[in-house]
Order: sequence, then structure tokens, then C-alpha cells
Amino acid sequence: MNFSRILKTIFLVEFISGLYMAVKELFRKSKTINYPFEKGSISPRMRGEHALRRYPNGEERCIACKLCEAVCPAQAITIESSERSDGSRKTTRYDIDMLKCIYCGLCQESCPVDAIVQGPNFEFATETREELYYNKEKLLENGDRWESVLAKNIKLDKPYR
Amino acid sequence: MIEYLEILGQEVYKIIFLLVPILVSVAMIVWLDRRVWGLVQKRKGPNVVGPFGLFQTLADALKYIFKEIIIPASANKVVFILAPIITMTLALVAWAVIPMSEDLVLANINVGILYLFAISSLGVYGIIMGGWASNSKYPFLGAIRSAAQMVSYEVSIGIIIINVLLCVGSLNLNDIVIAQKELWYVIPLFPMFVIFFISSLAETNRPPFDLPEAEAELVAGYQTEYSGMMYAMFWLGEYANILLMCAMGSILFLGGWLPLMDIYPLNIIPAPIWMILKILFLFLLFALIKAIVPRYRYDQLMKLGWKIFLPFSLIYLVLTASFLFYFDKLPKVNI
Repeated sequence: MNFSRILKTIFLVEFISGLYMAVKELFRKSKTINYPFEKGSISPRMRGEHALRRYPNGEERCIACKLCEAVCPAQAITIESSERSDGSRKTTRYDIDMLKCIYCGLCQESCPVDAIVQGPNFEFATETREELYYNKEKLLENGDRWESVLAKNIKLDKPYR
Repeated sequence: MIEYLEILGQEVYKIIFLLVPILVSVAMIVWLDRRVWGLVQKRKGPNVVGPFGLFQTLADALKYIFKEIIIPASANKVVFILAPIITMTLALVAWAVIPMSEDLVLANINVGILYLFAISSLGVYGIIMGGWASNSKYPFLGAIRSAAQMVSYEVSIGIIIINVLLCVGSLNLNDIVIAQKELWYVIPLFPMFVIFFISSLAETNRPPFDLPEAEAELVAGYQTEYSGMMYAMFWLGEYANILLMCAMGSILFLGGWLPLMDIYPLNIIPAPIWMILKILFLFLLFALIKAIVPRYRYDQLMKLGWKIFLPFSLIYLVLTASFLFYFDKLPKVNI
């Protein structure tokens, strides 16, 4: 230890400069937010709760190609399909196990018609496991509820896809 | 008999008037501690329950009351239950002699500082008993560390107190305060004030000396096996002790309930408010230090206590004594 270091130790120089900094920081604005009352901004790419979208005329977009089911790394998606009376192929069952899902976003990327998307909602905690086994009705309802945001986000993210 | 009861009733009334403000201020001080800690780290700290989150501690205490108290099967039941009770009782009992103003004191005894020192030394028993009775390795290690730490720093605190007493010539806390009317002892005994402050950090197991509850190694030290109200009592006792050390520091060095200067706008503020302000100032330092310092290593802690603080305060004691003797300023004791 050299002399100046000893002096620094005796007179608590480092400590006092630390204290000064603490007092200075005390009066600065905090970096955190009051979460349930304030929320941070969310990117248009946010991979949150899933939704099945519809065309503006009310027809569901999904054509039951099962690409999402095939690509899903967690095998969380189950699809069953049949031909409808007008000759179009539609899903009869579209289930997502939200507990298995790893929110990777591959289903959204694989979808040729932008039917299955991951919306900006991340606050869908439930009290039972059963509530997190989403079926087609639940997903379509999500799609109806978030449609305006979903459409906007897809449009915003289009140049980067 | 009736007279006796009347006196008893009066005393109980006084004690309640002492204890309730202390418990409330302990609750507020816990909030202040967490809030300052948060703000320094650029967080918000508790701010939901009540205005500015002031009632956070009360909500916590309410939660603790409804929690189950778990006593480990291999624990020594009697000692296990006794430990938090002793910690809290000792922390509160010591407040009896703290003067909030010239006559606002529960027991104005002539050996006030000795009593205070004795009680704060006894505080280690609660921790040792808690650690030993839990019959588990983390509490035991925490208790051993705590005992060693508190004993070592008590020695230097004792010598610092002797330093002050040399200048005062009385063990009565009110006399100590009045003796600082001309000059607070923080000015002539400034190095002692710094050492006292650091030692009181160690004495109350606060960072950077929070080895007994070093959460990285010892989970929560001696509190590991405690739950519910018993944990809350340890916690209350700890904070009451911190407040007590702040009060002790302000009486010994910052002039207790004396105003900053004896001039017009300052000396109409009542004495208890000055005392509270000084305690708050010291506590704010405690809280800020908690936010900025890393934890000491065990051997560094012991080295600081025995090899630096003890010899330094002894040398300063000799210096003070010779200064007072040489200039004939030793306090006159009228026997």
C-alpha cells in the first residue's frame, strides 16, 4: 500500500464519494414504473397471447394447412379439419396448449394467410391449468378482441419480414 | 394497596405512551429504510399501501400475524420461542432511559448510559439462543458469527463511551446532553463519532456488517427457521435496536434534544422534535449506507474491530484524557 492509498483508507474517501453519489441518485427519477397502473411500451413484434384472425367479411382466415402444427417445436398445436359444404377446407378443431407453448413465434411466421398470430397481450394468467388449454372459440374471440391492434402491428412489422 | 395500584397504573400508562410511539416509529423507519434503498437504486420502493406506501409495514405485520408459526421438530422449543421475545423486549426496554427532552424521559436514572450499554450488549443473547435452538446449521453459523461480531464491536463502543464520559463527568444521559450546550461532542471527538457510527452498524448487523444474515451463504442466518409472528418480532427488535443506536449516537455526539444553535427561530422548536430529527438524520445515513456498500469478509470484520478500532479509540482516549488534564478541563465531580 502506498501512502496516498493509506490516507484514502483512513479518511474514508471512497466511502464518502459513494455516499455523495447515493444522495445524488436519491433525487433522480427512478427507472422503474408502477406496473399495474403504468405499462412499458410494447414492440409490434411482441409474441404474446395467440389469436386466430378473420377476414373483414367475418370469414376465418385459417385454411387448415397445418403448417403451424408441423413447425411448432413444443407440439402445442392440435388441428383437425374437414371440408365444408361450400367446398373450402376449414378447421373443426384448433387447440393450443398455452402451457406447452414456448412463445417462439414460429406458428405466426409459418402461417401463409396470417391467421394465427401472437398479439401484444401478456396478461392472461389464470387460476387453473384447464383455462390455459385454448380452443378454437377462445382463439377466434381473442382475434376479434385484438383485431385492430393485430392488423396495425402486422402492417408495422411488414417491412422487416 | 390501592395506592400501590395507583402508582402501578400511572407507570403502565407512561410505559404505553413510550412503547406505542416507538413501535409506530419502528414501522415507519422500516418503510423509510426500504424506500431510501429503493430510491438510491432507482427503484420506487414500497408505494402502494397508504399514502407513499407508509402503511406497508403495518400490512406486512398484519400478514405475519396470520401466518403459521412453524417450530422445527428437532428444535429446543422453550429457547426457540424465548429468543425472539428476548430480542424484542431488550430492544424496547432500553428506550426507558432515552431522554426526548429535559423531563420527557421514563426513567431518569444516574447510570443511564451504563444501563443502555448493558441492555444493548444483552441483545446478542436473543440471537445466540435463536441460532442454537433452531438446531440447524445455517442459524447456528449465523449466531456464532453474530456473537463474535457484536462482542468485538462492543469493546470499542465501550471505549468510545468512556471518551464521552471523560468530557461529561456523569453517567446520566440528561447530563451528557446538557454538557454539550456549548459544543456538540461531534466536533472535538469527530473520529470517535465516525468509529461509533461504524461500530453501531456492526452492532445492529446492518450492511456492510450483515454477516450473521449473509443471504448468499447463510440463507437468513439465525432467522432461517423462524416464521410468522416470531420472525416479525426478530425484525421489530432489529429495527428498534437500530433506532436505539441512532438515539445513542445523537445523545452522545449530536447534542440529543438540544437545538442546532441556541438562537431565535431554532430554539422555539420543541426539544423532542430536535431529538427525532437527529435520530432520523443518523438513520438516513444507516439506510444510505445499506444501499452503497458491499459486505465485509469475516476476517476483515474482525481485523477492523480488534486491530484498528480498538487501538485507535484507546489512543484517542489517552489523548482526550491528557488534553483535559493538561488544560485543567476535567469535569468537577461533586460528591
